[in-house]
Amino acid sequence: MKEETSNNSRRKFLKSVGLSVGAAGVVSGFSLLGAAKAAAQEPGETVNLLTQDGQLVKVDKNQLRPTVSEPLTELQKRGREGIAGKSFVMVIDLSKCRNARKCMDACQNHHQLRTDQHHINVLQMQDAEHTAPYFMPKPCQHCDNPPCTKVCPVDATFKRQDGIVLIDNERCIGCRFCIAACPYSARIFQWTEPKDAEKYKNLTYNIESNVPQKKGTVSKCLFSADRLREDKLPSCVSSCPNGVYYFGDRNEDAVTNGTSGETVRFTKLIKENAGYTLMEELGTKPRVYYLPPKNRAFEFNGDLLNEENLH
Amino acid sequence: MNDLPEQKETTLSFEKIKEDILRPMQNHKGLELWIVFLITVIGVCAWAYYVQLRDGLGVTGMRDYVSWGLYIANFVFFVAVSLVGMLISSILGLLRINWITPISRIAEIIAVAFVAVAGLVIVLDMGRPDRVLNVLIHGRFQSPILWDVTVITTYLVISLLLLILPMIPDLAICKNELKKTSPVLKKLYNILSFGYINTPSQHKHLHKMIRTLMVLIVPVGLAIHTVTSWLFAATLRNGWDTTIFGPYFVAGAFVAGSAALIVAMYFFRVSYKLQDYITDVQFDKMGKLMVAVCLVYLYFNLNEFLVPGYKMKTGDDIHLKELFTGNWAIMFWSSQLFGNVIPIMLLVTKKFRKPLPIMIISLFIIAAAWIKRYVIVIPTMLHPHLPIQNVPENFVHYYPSAIEISVTVLSFALALLIITVLAKIFPIIPICETADNEGIDYKIEA
Repeated sequence: MKEETSNNSRRKFLKSVGLSVGAAGVVSGFSLLGAAKAAAQEPGETVNLLTQDGQLVKVDKNQLRPTVSEPLTELQKRGREGIAGKSFVMVIDLSKCRNARKCMDACQNHHQLRTDQHHINVLQMQDAEHTAPYFMPKPCQHCDNPPCTKVCPVDATFKRQDGIVLIDNERCIGCRFCIAACPYSARIFQWTEPKDAEKYKNLTYNIESNVPQKKGTVSKCLFSADRLREDKLPSCVSSCPNGVYYFGDRNEDAVTNGTSGETVRFTKLIKENAGYTLMEELGTKPRVYYLPPKNRAFEFNGDLLNEENLH
Repeated sequence: MNDLPEQKETTLSFEKIKEDILRPMQNHKGLELWIVFLITVIGVCAWAYYVQLRDGLGVTGMRDYVSWGLYIANFVFFVAVSLVGMLISSILGLLRINWITPISRIAEIIAVAFVAVAGLVIVLDMGRPDRVLNVLIHGRFQSPILWDVTVITTYLVISLLLLILPMIPDLAICKNELKKTSPVLKKLYNILSFGYINTPSQHKHLHKMIRTLMVLIVPVGLAIHTVTSWLFAATLRNGWDTTIFGPYFVAGAFVAGSAALIVAMYFFRVSYKLQDYITDVQFDKMGKLMVAVCLVYLYFNLNEFLVPGYKMKTGDDIHLKELFTGNWAIMFWSSQLFGNVIPIMLLVTKKFRKPLPIMIISLFIIAAAWIKRYVIVIPTMLHPHLPIQNVPENFVHYYPSAIEISVTVLSFALALLIITVLAKIFPIIPICETADNEGIDYKIEA
């Protein structure tokens, strides 16, 4: 997997820029988000783009055109099916988290969330009165026995073949039963018009990123399913500066660290570090694994150690 | 209280029964004013709902942690009250208990009004009410919400039938007697009396149908409140994750429903001058019934709070401490005392089972029953398994907003309006059944 990663690095880089420019300067693979941003900016500005033969060119922003995205029905269909043969897992190494919150920022940026809306939330934890406190990033656990999808009356939230739990915001009726059912408080609700709703109103809804967010519906962490489709790591994983996150495929038994790019055996990582899942006594069978906060890379500098915040 | 009871009943004749019961339907100024008042309230509060539709549920006090609030508490309360229809007209009716005859129709009207509004309250709580049909298009039977939709609709239909079918002979009388009423109502009486003229064969078939429905509604009635409790018990949350929620909710529903019935009985007795029909006997019996259902409810409360309180398991501990001695203590203990303990202590005494005292006690029980629903729904949402962090201050507390309160008032006003209108166009006391009970012969003309 490590080798594969380096082989693919150039292709990935091209994709991560999100652009491929032809000789006439017509952009064919331009991200939707970028298009909306560009449209909102002043004319006359130029932007650096990497062409397919590896040269940097300056292009006037007015010449950029958004890509025609897949139609909604196609996005919905493949979004429900998931990626065949995959079984995605995340490993979070609590000994490395120092509450940098880059994951939260990247996530909010990717999914068009306000700063108080969390698909991933870094919590300050203390398990009992005299135990050591630690930081714990908490995304959706993408449970294999998900309490949330069971209770949905309209099949708006569902589990796909690759293990990811998603929400169809074009179908969700906003009853919020899934929020009540989730023991990890992983779900949020769009109580008002979502952030920048006006700006993104013409974008085609993508079920794999919940973008644009829809008023009156539920939203949550998607393991960046849209990025996985492009062979990229989830936003939170690749934005972490401290090597907290590993992400990969349980079928391949390989997970890649988002910071170092190092790929390791999933089973070995869990076995050697006594990995565990959150509240396993509830029987939810999470796909997010935690490595305990021992031999820490930092001193805990959290601001809470009072009874009030423990629960 | 050992004076000779006055024998009012001896003076009853069929003509007098008809006259007494049909009078308030024809001429009752107060009732019309009350209807106008309720419609005004509904109109004003509908604006609050319009604001909620326009701006989203953000206009309520609900946020990501307390994502079910006042509306869901109201929903549980409405479902609870509606259960009185099944208790009075079915369970007691099937046991052939005679004293319920004059109050069974009031019970059925309350059931219809409250269960109909309960269904509406759920729509008021939805983030996307425009997609309500998705429940039919994409309905998923694994979800307790689908079960709730099914049983509530069924209960509404059977309750409506149990309201209309026993009323067929009375409506035949209305058709003949109420000559001056509006053409619409005349038509309604004409249709709904189904040409009934009280032949032995008609009488037999009608009562067979009614008894079948009475049997049918018992499991459906149990189901509506059991399934409503499962909306909570099917989750893994502290305070909801318990196995006795079904019977616990049903027991609580009998208390709330009986209290609502007693208040309605008192109101109609005074306003419609029905002292000869809704007598002290009915209040006395309802008082005894109330003691019985309160005792059952008390027993469930002991189980629901004493057992986890004894263990103080992690998660439950913070939830229970908040209820017993924390921020929720006043609401928790007042709901237990005023809705349960004190009514039992008072109603075992005969003098508190007189109409006025028991009506006042019932008002307290209703208020306490509503508070109880609020205490069941909201504190649990405030005590999730993982800490609430990195969110604004208003995510950590819950106070219903003015909009939310207005929409709540709207739903209550609507329930009262349905009751009032039904009591205005239909005889509130069964005319023919009362005559049957009194052994009075009567004829219904074609």
